[in-house]
Amino acid sequence: MDIPYTVAPRQDTGLYNAKVGIWLFLASEVMLFGALFSSYILLRVGAAEEMWPQGWLNVPVGTANTLVLITSSITTVMAWASLKMNQFNKFKFYHACTILLAFTFVGIKSYEYHDKFNHYEFTLANGTFADGHMHENHLKQEGAAWTGYAIIQGHVVTEEAELYNLKKHKQPSHSEVRVEGPQIKKMSNYGPWHNTYTAIYFTLTGLHALHVIGGALVIGFLWGPGSKMWKTDPERFTNRIEISGLFWHFVDLVWIFLFPVLYLL
Amino acid sequence: MQPTAHTAHTETHDAHHEDQGFMRKYVFSTDHKMIGLQYGVTALFFLFFGFCLMLMMRWKIAHPTLPVPLVGPLLASLFGEVAAKGIMSPDLYNSFGAMHGTIMVFMAIVPLAFAAFGNFVVPLQIGAPDMAFPRVNMASYQAYVIGGLIMFVSFFIPGGAAQAGWTSYSPLATAIPTDGQTFWLIGMIFLITSSLLGAVNFIATIIQLRAPGMTWMRLPFFVWGQLVTAFLLLLAFPPLEAAGVMQLMDKVAHTSFFLPTGLAVGGNLANVSGGGSPLLWQHLFWFLGHPEVYVLILPAMGIVAEIIANNTRKPLWGYKSLVYSALTIGFLSFIVWAHHMYLTGMGTRVATFFQTTTMIISIPSVIILTCFFISLWGGSIRFNTPMLFVMAFLPMFGIGGLTGLPLGFNYSDLHLHDTYYVIAHFHYIVAPGTIFAMFAGIYFWYPKITGRMMSEFWGKVHFWSSLVFMNLIFQPMFAQGMAGMLRRMADGGANYSQAVVGADAKGGLSAQVMGLHTYILWAAVGLAIAQIPFIVNLFWSINHGKKVTSDNPWQSTTLEWQTPTPPPHGNFAQVPDVHRGPYEYSVPGQTADFSPQNQAS
Repeated sequence: MDIPYTVAPRQDTGLYNAKVGIWLFLASEVMLFGALFSSYILLRVGAAEEMWPQGWLNVPVGTANTLVLITSSITTVMAWASLKMNQFNKFKFYHACTILLAFTFVGIKSYEYHDKFNHYEFTLANGTFADGHMHENHLKQEGAAWTGYAIIQGHVVTEEAELYNLKKHKQPSHSEVRVEGPQIKKMSNYGPWHNTYTAIYFTLTGLHALHVIGGALVIGFLWGPGSKMWKTDPERFTNRIEISGLFWHFVDLVWIFLFPVLYLL
Repeated sequence: MQPTAHTAHTETHDAHHEDQGFMRKYVFSTDHKMIGLQYGVTALFFLFFGFCLMLMMRWKIAHPTLPVPLVGPLLASLFGEVAAKGIMSPDLYNSFGAMHGTIMVFMAIVPLAFAAFGNFVVPLQIGAPDMAFPRVNMASYQAYVIGGLIMFVSFFIPGGAAQAGWTSYSPLATAIPTDGQTFWLIGMIFLITSSLLGAVNFIATIIQLRAPGMTWMRLPFFVWGQLVTAFLLLLAFPPLEAAGVMQLMDKVAHTSFFLPTGLAVGGNLANVSGGGSPLLWQHLFWFLGHPEVYVLILPAMGIVAEIIANNTRKPLWGYKSLVYSALTIGFLSFIVWAHHMYLTGMGTRVATFFQTTTMIISIPSVIILTCFFISLWGGSIRFNTPMLFVMAFLPMFGIGGLTGLPLGFNYSDLHLHDTYYVIAHFHYIVAPGTIFAMFAGIYFWYPKITGRMMSEFWGKVHFWSSLVFMNLIFQPMFAQGMAGMLRRMADGGANYSQAVVGADAKGGLSAQVMGLHTYILWAAVGLAIAQIPFIVNLFWSINHGKKVTSDNPWQSTTLEWQTPTPPPHGNFAQVPDVHRGPYEYSVPGQTADFSPQNQAS
């Protein structure tokens, strides 16, 4: 006995096996990201007053990345539709676009990550806070103390809250600030360890980026060596494109939620 | 059932299965029966391993200052300082405690109840040739093995295995400076991936691969139990995966998801950014943790249903009530989780909500148990070994379930929370409950797997001794818990019992309550000895058991018995046609007292 409904749909459910499988898998993915979004809400509600970061991310860059992903979703549908219309070359073209767009997305995301890792906040001994992008780092740590100096492109504020809500507190113009090592009480870049906002930002977008990379690998395989199946079993191959496309749309959809939650709100 | 195109995929799956090599047949198999057996053997190994950890812990509790007999020198040479002279240190006790829970829940019972029995039996019972995704099935088992190995290896890394309990509450789990927790988290991510792949596969199989005529209400109750279980695993595990990722970030990337502002470790302010929420971990953990309880019990109930119907030679009473109750349990189990958290200060309103839902979920559980009891009514019962285990399951699960009610009530839980009462309660459900059902299932399906019966005599010895010792172990714990004995104390409360709490308060634990530890220890040793007949029986019967004379030795109605023994690759020679419900026993007018599902009327 062979396993039935691997290609043709079962009559009473109207679905072939893999389609049931991918929808179930996506349901579990909803729960995975749902838990992280819930955590975001709980952390934000529990944050000290005025200390939940707002406006920390570059909205135009995020918008560009959103457009990149939406476009890739369109090309994914077009790739599948091309196969349905028996136009293999068009499929090749559209999915090449999908893969390139996926790389563009990851590229832009890494630029944003790099920007955050290069962004430092210093708590200074005189009670002020220096904040900005590192230009020259000549700091050395000896025990808990720092020696040397650093030059950052940024500014100095007296209240830490001014660094957090950038929607409320307009950022003053940036200039070169020299931070003396012995003055530093605490120093941290905007990595995941900086506060709970950066923690959830990196975890959510990192997990999402892993999904993008994973999806791109699968689509890349189906575009390259896996596309040989078109010759032997076109129906099954079209189904595979549909399944990977469903996953891709889900990854896209997660970003549609991530973008407003992390960038705009 | 339509014939399907013979594609590249199905070719790798079923062609040339006669001359498969050893590796393809036993290690990298895609056959659901072999994968079921792989799961079963691995899970039984972990069950034994988790049990051994418990035996050593019971020794430590009863005799905190004495070296562990027999294995003391081995412990000392394996773990060094934490087991100097063979005496377990509290740190080692904590490791064993955390790993006992983790191993038993995630690596023994779930893989045995869900993956092993489900893999072997479900495709056969629904008349399918295999699972819907055989290679995903193999990947699922491999992820389980990798996760299990990571957990196992973590015992031997510097600092030892995780110590923060199987619940891994933050900030404790993050603050312990050893790497055990990191291994635990990575291991859990593999185990979760494994059950996720399994769950997808089971649901897709049950939805898609039912044989013609196998309508939803003709499914054996066992399949329903597995279906609901699969949904619980599918939807409840991802939040724990998310929580695991966050705790891993806390541990490795020094984030503060679960670490509050002003956290002090060892009297010093911890060097963390703070702002996190320890309650968040507990919510996410128990969002898995409570559905997990039903993951442990629903497959067991499925096995019980099959065996009761078969051995009373009567249709199961209230089949539809059973199905709807299982579905209701599945749904409600997602909204009861915070009854584990009454003492966290989450607020009385929230507690009231969860107290209400907890009371409601006991209704379908009681319906299921009642249906089973009524099914016995008026039957001429065959008291073979599987049936004995099932008969014991009913009252044992009853005790476990009813003692859960005082824990579900907010007020009584304040007193009982984190005491031995809780341990006794959930062990009654899982040990003489689920594990007895697992034993019943093994004795029951063994002839289908091997073509030979297990010894009835030794099966009965195994049953009666296990039943006695199980009760001797867990019954005293209710008393200890109600007297105020807290769990997770390495010395079994020796220090605590001598605590001076002031002139006007009565403190500590009486010598009588403390003395129960010794009885429990020897009962546990008795339980260990009681398993020897089972282990010997299990292996000996493979080659020396009584040969079955028919493919259907129990004269059962369900489809798994209508196959050759053992079922070949692809299971059925022809697609079975299902004509009737699952439990048509003693139908008036029929010559035999059972009518197989595929028998045309």
